[in-house]
Amino acid sequence: MSVLLFAENAQGTFKKATFEAATYAYDLAQAMGTTLSAVSVGQVSEEALASLGKYGVSNIYDVRDEKFNAFVNTAYAAAIANVAKKIDAKAVVMTQSYNGRAVAPRVAVKLRATPISGVTSMVDPADGFKALRLSYSGKGVQSFRTDNDKVVLTVKGNSYQITENPVTAEVISADFSASEENFDAIAKEIIKASEGISLTEADTVVSAGRGMKGPENWGIIEEMAELLGAATACSKPTADMDWRPHHEHVGQTGIQIAPNLYIAIGISGAIQHLAGVSSSKTIVVINKDPEAPFFKVADYGIVGDLFEVVPKLNAAIRAAKAAV
Amino acid sequence: MKILVCISHVPDTTTKIQFQEDGSALNSTGVTFVINPYDEYGLSRALDFQEKEGKQVSITALSVGGKEVEATLRKALAIGAESAVRVDKPALDSYQVAKEIAEYAEPREFDIIFMGKESIDFNSAMVPGLVAEMLGMPFVSFATDMQLGEEGAVTLKREVDGGVEVVESQLPIVVSCQKGMAEWRIPKMRGIMAARKKPLAVISGANAEEQLATTSFSYPPAKGDTVYIDADAPEKLIDNLIEKGII
Repeated sequence: MSVLLFAENAQGTFKKATFEAATYAYDLAQAMGTTLSAVSVGQVSEEALASLGKYGVSNIYDVRDEKFNAFVNTAYAAAIANVAKKIDAKAVVMTQSYNGRAVAPRVAVKLRATPISGVTSMVDPADGFKALRLSYSGKGVQSFRTDNDKVVLTVKGNSYQITENPVTAEVISADFSASEENFDAIAKEIIKASEGISLTEADTVVSAGRGMKGPENWGIIEEMAELLGAATACSKPTADMDWRPHHEHVGQTGIQIAPNLYIAIGISGAIQHLAGVSSSKTIVVINKDPEAPFFKVADYGIVGDLFEVVPKLNAAIRAAKAAV
Repeated sequence: MKILVCISHVPDTTTKIQFQEDGSALNSTGVTFVINPYDEYGLSRALDFQEKEGKQVSITALSVGGKEVEATLRKALAIGAESAVRVDKPALDSYQVAKEIAEYAEPREFDIIFMGKESIDFNSAMVPGLVAEMLGMPFVSFATDMQLGEEGAVTLKREVDGGVEVVESQLPIVVSCQKGMAEWRIPKMRGIMAARKKPLAVISGANAEEQLATTSFSYPPAKGDTVYIDADAPEKLIDNLIEKGII
């Protein structure tokens, strides 16, 4: 019996979300009285693999056949399930990423495990893996349990505190050559959206809406994002009007995010927008309309003209950074 | 080309979600239900194949649910699906819904099974991958574009962290769709009239069992009071955020 982490890499390195899932998986392994193993698929340096030991991973099964260099959900799932069976994993944990959500259901079927998507709290292995996840696009919380003794779960980003639980990680070369038919949908290339910070992984997101009056005014938003090391986002109307690229649109029908800090500037806060951002830890709302519904979910509110407030904020951030 | 479009019957995006007092289920009083918006991208793309690219396409819309989902299936028929199927079982969890879809699809040999990237009620994003694995089909998730090539070759684009991935695959395939895949269509009067006469079959399904039981629904923790900061001295906000270790 053991717990298996799918240690997802991005171009050969592990990102924050993987360490978050690792921490979750380690705590689950502790609760089950077992150790944590991980499977890495694709080319990751020995050094990066060993770094997983910091987050409590004792054994790392390294599947690095070059056929796995490009992401293929069928082949990745076969590799992960192969390791899971070998070590009799009762729980397979992965990140709630694009690729995690493509692989998780396949692994679940292969292992006859219950697939659970986007958990936001620790599952209780002694009581049907009961825990919580969001539903109704963040407007509801679902409590769940399963009678199955095996689960495959994805951990919602920014929902679990990363902690270090250092152990010595042993890297085990896992020879796994998935058959050709597993390479059935092959990623040929990745077109980078921009050089900026990825919206789904950002700690801080600076977002703006129709209050900006036009795309030419976004300089102050980009400046704030740069000062804070934040990603930029926008509301649906501004994406629809092509003021901003579609991949920046956050909300119920756009990207759902849960950063530590979400700064909403000139966005009224329609219910569909809130559904996409309401899991953010801290929300700041800047709007000239005191009746804007966004203020109801804000931790901090500033009622005022954004064209005056935002430059002042940028100056204050710059001053604070200079003072450090 | 045979296309199956799977449809979830979900509360409209503007719904204020309220649960029954005992937390057992959604309180659907006064709630308007719609086609899950992401599912509609697949339906629209299927129609584009036919109308813009001259392909011979037959589109079946399928939903798992009670009689209430028929209105939503009729809407899919009005938009342009040829026929509809309702699997007469309550939709309980991702696994059970996926199993019902797979059981229906297996003997019928669809070329494409379209679904939304997730439903806006359960948001699991698991059903498409489960169906693909159950049927042994390739699967492309979070797709924003799909082009048909020669001899069943397909090229898709899918969203990934920080960019767009170009994926090559082969029919038959399961595709989960999101924004970009196609433009939503508004049903025309003629379509609405025609939809009344289109076949809507009700089948009993495969009696798949749920794996993940919902024990209750509740609300996300309420936000505390909003701290208002004077617009004339907004730098106080930065002080506050630094003090709390947020930035």
